[in-house]
Amino acid sequence: MEPLTSKKKVLEQKPLTFAERMYLPAIAKGLSVTISHLFKKEATIRYPEVEREFSTNFRGMHSLKRDEQGRERCTACGLCALSCPAEAITMIAAERKPEEKELYREEKYAAVYEINMLRCIFCGLCEEACPKEAIYLDGPIVPADYLRKDFIYGKDKLVEQPLNK
Amino acid sequence: MDIAFVIEKFVLVAIIFGISLLIAMYSTYAERKVAAFLQDRLGPDRAGPFGILQPLADGVKMFMKEEIIPSNASKWLFMVGPGLAMLTACIGTAVIPWGSDITIGDRVIPLQVTDINVGILYIFGVVSLGVYGVMIGGWASNNKYSLLSAIRAASQNISYEIAMGLSIIALLLVTGTMSLKEIVEQQHGWHWNVLYQPLGFLIFMVCAFAETNRAPFDLPECETELIGGYHTEYSSMKLGFYLFAEYINMFVSSAVMATLYFGGYNYPGMDWVLLHTGPVIGPLIGTVVFFIKIFAFIFFFMWVRWTIPRFRYDQLMHLGWKGLIPLAIANIIITGIVIAIIEKF
Repeated sequence: MEPLTSKKKVLEQKPLTFAERMYLPAIAKGLSVTISHLFKKEATIRYPEVEREFSTNFRGMHSLKRDEQGRERCTACGLCALSCPAEAITMIAAERKPEEKELYREEKYAAVYEINMLRCIFCGLCEEACPKEAIYLDGPIVPADYLRKDFIYGKDKLVEQPLNK
Repeated sequence: MDIAFVIEKFVLVAIIFGISLLIAMYSTYAERKVAAFLQDRLGPDRAGPFGILQPLADGVKMFMKEEIIPSNASKWLFMVGPGLAMLTACIGTAVIPWGSDITIGDRVIPLQVTDINVGILYIFGVVSLGVYGVMIGGWASNNKYSLLSAIRAASQNISYEIAMGLSIIALLLVTGTMSLKEIVEQQHGWHWNVLYQPLGFLIFMVCAFAETNRAPFDLPECETELIGGYHTEYSSMKLGFYLFAEYINMFVSSAVMATLYFGGYNYPGMDWVLLHTGPVIGPLIGTVVFFIKIFAFIFFFMWVRWTIPRFRYDQLMHLGWKGLIPLAIANIIITGIVIAIIEKF
């Protein structure tokens, strides 16, 4: 067969020299390599206390945004749920009452908005689909938990804190 | 034989036993820390500051685990194995001189449990007994991997004991005594035996690695071939005893190497310090120096473990029988000739 690359290495199998058979020079060399790592900086990041720096377009936990007056932007159109390839998003829409004008921007809002974080693949299609700029994946890493039901995040965890608080 | 003598020895034995257990405990922690640092990691750091309580957590875990005895195992031997391993590991400390004599009033207290005149032979015997714990445990498990590992351990220990014994003979030619106390006293003031017997020390050290089943000679417990090794079937504190015994063995062999070749509790400027600190503090400083030497050896054991890959079994035998034994014999002959020449002139 024709060689696939021009790279070529001839393998030499000469008998070992006395120094090589003695192992000791090689062992000393190896020891010096390993001891040099004793003084190198650790690659470990102590995660819960210290966090790795993320790039600016890192996609973490979702947050449901508010507008400048602190009203929820989401109008429960369902495009995010539709676009979600993992089918992680469910919502129940409700009609805004006149006295809730300060809470929701549009006449229709999401009464229930749930994301199953175990299903979510953090692809970011929901934020691309959203016509109201209501959902962004700009949060931290989703924390670990013990029970499946605790990974279904409702509005209490997803909606952004009001501006004045 | 007065009552004070009995109390004094009893206290000494208790202290040494406690210290060797403590060191074995913290060797597990040190092993993980050294491994981590050599691999650019952090190692255990969650239990207490710097993970200093990790051995306690491990110990609690070991005790809480379910105790399983395989139904086909030879029950009595299965239980005896770990105890025997632990016992043989611990009794080696009896003849090691931990420091020069302490003088309180007119009472001289030697920091050595017993100074028998065949100290080296005693150590040697105890180390050879150590393989029984492994053998019995491996056989009683009724598991082919355990048995295979036990056979490996036994043949490895037997092979390397010969070279070890031969390297000690050359040392005895130099020192002229088998009492460990006298050997240490002779090394006072930079007359460390490693300077007279560098080759002997090298052989002894390689054999010590093999006898303690440490890398690169950890064939009895190579996970890739033998699952866990001779303690595959063990669980709970019985497994803990085996692991513990291994670390105590490492501590004892470090102590023996420091005693035989690195001057024991001797250190440069010792006379001056002894003169200025009195008959109690002075010897204790020597003990501290001795322990520093031991820790250096233990660190070396760990350092080598993360450097050198494991030997293949035939390479191990090749090194033992065709490499170390002829070398040790040559060492004896050369030492004998040199001593004869020196004595002549």
